[in-house]
Amino acid sequence: MTKQAANWSPYDNNGGSCVAIAGIDYCVIAADTRMSTGYSILTREYSKICKLADQSLMASSGFQADVKALQKFLAAKHLIYQHQHNKQMSCPAMAQLLSNTLYYKRFFPYYSFNVLGGLDTEGKGCVYTYDAVGSYERVGYGCQGSGSTLIMPFLDNQLKSPSPLLLPAQDAVTPLSEVEAVDLVKTCFASATERDIYTGDKLEIVILNADGIRREYMELRKD
Amino acid sequence: MESNQAKNSLLSSHDNIQRTQYPYVTGTSVVALKYKDGILMASDMGGSYGSTLRYKSVERLKPIGKHSLLGASGELSDFQEILRYLDELILYDNMWDDGNSLGPKEVHNYLTRVMYNRRNKFDPLWNTLVLGGVKKGQKYLGMVSMIGVNFEDDHVATGFGNHLARPILRDEWREDLTFEEGVKLLEKCMRVLLYRDRSAVNKLQIAKITEEGVTISQPYSLKTFWGFSAFQNPTVGAEGSW
Repeated sequence: MTKQAANWSPYDNNGGSCVAIAGIDYCVIAADTRMSTGYSILTREYSKICKLADQSLMASSGFQADVKALQKFLAAKHLIYQHQHNKQMSCPAMAQLLSNTLYYKRFFPYYSFNVLGGLDTEGKGCVYTYDAVGSYERVGYGCQGSGSTLIMPFLDNQLKSPSPLLLPAQDAVTPLSEVEAVDLVKTCFASATERDIYTGDKLEIVILNADGIRREYMELRKD
Repeated sequence: MESNQAKNSLLSSHDNIQRTQYPYVTGTSVVALKYKDGILMASDMGGSYGSTLRYKSVERLKPIGKHSLLGASGELSDFQEILRYLDELILYDNMWDDGNSLGPKEVHNYLTRVMYNRRNKFDPLWNTLVLGGVKKGQKYLGMVSMIGVNFEDDHVATGFGNHLARPILRDEWREDLTFEEGVKLLEKCMRVLLYRDRSAVNKLQIAKITEEGVTISQPYSLKTFWGFSAFQNPTVGAEGSW
């Protein structure tokens, strides 16, 4: 009998959805806390949001081990940055660093889908979305992960961001107030949870504004 | 032909590199939970060579240092290699002789890095590990998989246990479980696994870790009942079946 080789993959998809919305003087970053593998749930309480610097937060879904490695790498880089410059890295700088870091592993990628949210140097909300190998773009709102196909069109419909093709370029930040943005995020996840099996359990929302960081939680369907 | 050779030399630029490639002798599920004073962990003692039950007295729960307890499922020789890594880690930690010692969180983090590093080399340690412990009144329970996926929870289970035991744990687990209740709950899980997981054997150990240290029970068996009429004549109600 031929040996039946058990096969393995260096990647897994642990699922999850991430959303970020930038406003004029705030940024809302949200992700669910479910971690899955295949059809099973590993844990219902895993935070996908990571504080990289005072003014930047990253929400990541994809392969948890790669995400963790990426977060640790960025934390180490940021520590060195602080020692060298005696300040926190700005969100646009962190965005570039994240892109370079992802691209560095272009041929054995970090299987992580990130949205980076924060406040830029003028205190305006900013959101960056990425693919796994580092292409990135500054946007007014963004969404990544297993539920992104459900959430993104809804955000497009509700937020009607000006086309990036417009000349002169229009500001992409959303016109919503902070409270409205938080409510919108909650609706997004409540809906995504209905149809995406990898999204659910609990929603973690982080709000960043001039006063600092605030966290909110909302229960989601557990099935 | 030529392109095939070129491809081969690209794939094996260093001759005779062997990577793991599949597991030989494996252990099945480990189930663990937090209870009032610490962590309880259970695993059976079978070692399967494919579907052959090759070993029947394998200890898969091991104390690590003063504050941690490790349970492993998967390839047993890889588990023994991990134990060697940990022995060295604890030894070098002791040699500082500064009164500090690695807690469960640190050991879990170490294991996470080892597992992830090996998957990066495409030479994984074929295990799912459960790490529990108590240090300075803090209970800790976490898991790491073969490719480095890791997390903490109030109760965890590897392999089949994630399908069969965790639903039970989600129903019945409480923060303030007593030792007796915890053992009873683990035995309930292990019994379900014994009935439904073909590679489970009826010889298990339960380990306890508290602030006072680790205690691993002697191997023992669970009481089973195979006399259900559906077991004895499974086709009785199935008309048209053979």
